[in-house]
Amino acid sequence: MNNINMQTWGLTILRVLIGWHLLFEGVVKLWNDDWTAGPYLLSSEGWFAGLFQAMAVNESLLAVVDVVNIWALILIGAALMLGVASRIALMAGIVLLSFYFLSHPPLIGSQYLAPGMGSYVFVNQTLIEIVAMFVLLAVPGSDAIGLDRLISKKAES
Amino acid sequence: MSINRREALLGLATVPVAGAFVITANAKHGRDAALQQEALRKKTAILAEIDVVASPPPSVGPMTGDPLRVGVIGFGGRGEWLTAGLGFGSKPWLEMMKTRAEENPNNTQLQDHLNQDDQNVELTAVCDVFSVRREIGKSAGTIKGLNTRVYSDYRDLLDDPNVDAVVIATPDHLHAPQAMDAINAGKHVYVEKCMTHKLGETYALYDTVRASDRVFQVGHQHRQTQSFFTAREIIHKNVLGHIALITTNTNRNDDNGAWQYHIHPDGNPETIDWDAFLGPAPKIPFNAEHFFRWRKWWEYGTGLTGDLLTHDYDRINCLLDMGIPKYCTASGGIYTHRDGRTVPDVLQVNMEYPDFTMGSSQDPGKEKGMTFVYSATLGNQYHRGSLLMGHDATMELGNQLAIQPEHNSTRYRDMIDDGTIDLDVPMYAYDPSGGGIDAVTGATAKYFAQKGLMYTYREGKRVDSTYLHLREWLSAIRNGTPVSCGIEQGFQEAIAAHMSCIAVRLGKRVEWHEAERRLVNVSDDELAQLGMA
Repeated sequence: MNNINMQTWGLTILRVLIGWHLLFEGVVKLWNDDWTAGPYLLSSEGWFAGLFQAMAVNESLLAVVDVVNIWALILIGAALMLGVASRIALMAGIVLLSFYFLSHPPLIGSQYLAPGMGSYVFVNQTLIEIVAMFVLLAVPGSDAIGLDRLISKKAES
Repeated sequence: MSINRREALLGLATVPVAGAFVITANAKHGRDAALQQEALRKKTAILAEIDVVASPPPSVGPMTGDPLRVGVIGFGGRGEWLTAGLGFGSKPWLEMMKTRAEENPNNTQLQDHLNQDDQNVELTAVCDVFSVRREIGKSAGTIKGLNTRVYSDYRDLLDDPNVDAVVIATPDHLHAPQAMDAINAGKHVYVEKCMTHKLGETYALYDTVRASDRVFQVGHQHRQTQSFFTAREIIHKNVLGHIALITTNTNRNDDNGAWQYHIHPDGNPETIDWDAFLGPAPKIPFNAEHFFRWRKWWEYGTGLTGDLLTHDYDRINCLLDMGIPKYCTASGGIYTHRDGRTVPDVLQVNMEYPDFTMGSSQDPGKEKGMTFVYSATLGNQYHRGSLLMGHDATMELGNQLAIQPEHNSTRYRDMIDDGTIDLDVPMYAYDPSGGGIDAVTGATAKYFAQKGLMYTYREGKRVDSTYLHLREWLSAIRNGTPVSCGIEQGFQEAIAAHMSCIAVRLGKRVEWHEAERRLVNVSDDELAQLGMA
């Protein structure tokens, strides 16, 4: 991948922005000692509401969910921003955000406690971010700029 | 293969973004922390100023020793709940609770009941004039292996040597005669509100209880409401400033709330001892509607005044100890349920306390006096909270508390001016539920729950208020600990309710003479005309 063109820069910017977003979501939760996913999980609706609510009411499970969530966000976010193991980070990011989406799907009848910034039905920013990560995985060049480039060159040598 | 400059640049191209991230995130974190610190400073300053600590409830003594033997007189809807509060859910009651829990996972009434600490009592006797209810009452004891005896005449229950104490949950017109007979028979008494039905018997019951060593409690279970202990401290620390107006309300719009209770298909002169039900009431032929929906007629009930005003009055009296009003005016009518009832379904009551004061933040002597307003409708259930309106702040009273600062407060002037107190948000809020999810079934239940009349909290857990109120009475019998709604409070509640009742029925301002403990301007003839002598 020596040909750095507009497409490569575009994919890189997309990857870095998603990384920035996830990393900040992670560090904000890390800084806030009182933060827990409990209320968010409790307000789950849709096909898997029972599963997510069960996570919220089981205290020991919730404690694990909280730690995993925070560090997954931080590690995925940092990896995407710096371009380290970005393919693995993208796959992990897709899994993590899919949990968010499935716990709060914007269905026709959904009413969530915390209103989003806009109006949604079926499609919201979480879903778009998931698809954006699919695109980054599928289109060559998304990892051309970043530390992965140096790591792969070193591996080649 | 060495990494050339171009490769290095492309490899490290996003590292500056990480640097920018660190700077930006730190800046945002710093700002958020400063805001948080400012909010904490305000909170600390407000709490230091008002000096309110969420008060713990009074503790009851040990419930150990031989079980107390309790008889229940009147096993209707309320009697059934009280019996459950003693630890004896009847078969249909337990089934109803189970169905509610199955239909709504957030409904924890059955679990709350099963989690209750043992009251260490035996349900030795149940009395009801309706044979169907008698048998259901018996089942509450028999499913726990007790040989609960049943009676249709309460005097036979009082003669039973296996009864130490009685819970009276009959219609209002039977409260006083039964309570007095019970005291005279040497039984401890827990009687439902309204404590009495007539003025004369209020004095007679007062004297009977005063002359006895038996423990007497009136069934105002909200006196166990956790938030009320804190509310009392708030008022006694003068957080609200001089309170000149208190508004309380009843808002209901359903059949059950309008006393259109279910008429049991098996209720007839063969299954109901009609004369025993009538008791001191005028003799009329059997009437199933009068029996099952007795609250709708003055002869047996006291309408909104005795049923629901008493709750609101005593909710405030337990905070302020303001006692009996000097004047009472009332108006109302039958505007939403014109079904032959005689008691109003829309009622407005004003009780005047010209000498009331609990402290002030203004010049001494400037403020004195208070009006207690009770406004009720059985034709609309829009929730109107109970408000205690002071010069410095307003408190909304319920299972939660919220205190809203007053724009022109004297006490908080500086704190409002320097931004410590924000006029747009409550300066203090109290929620003892610990974030738990509550569920209530039905409009009437919701009405009671909002007022803190159904359940309360202990250490963040939901507990039935009636169970706690009974426990306080049982502890008083066992250990000599105080009751919170004894004869003094019951006397005040009954007189205040009867003043409202007389005021609305005679259309005049009723005056109370505190020193002589009598109504000033209501004649015996007028009382006799109302059936309240």
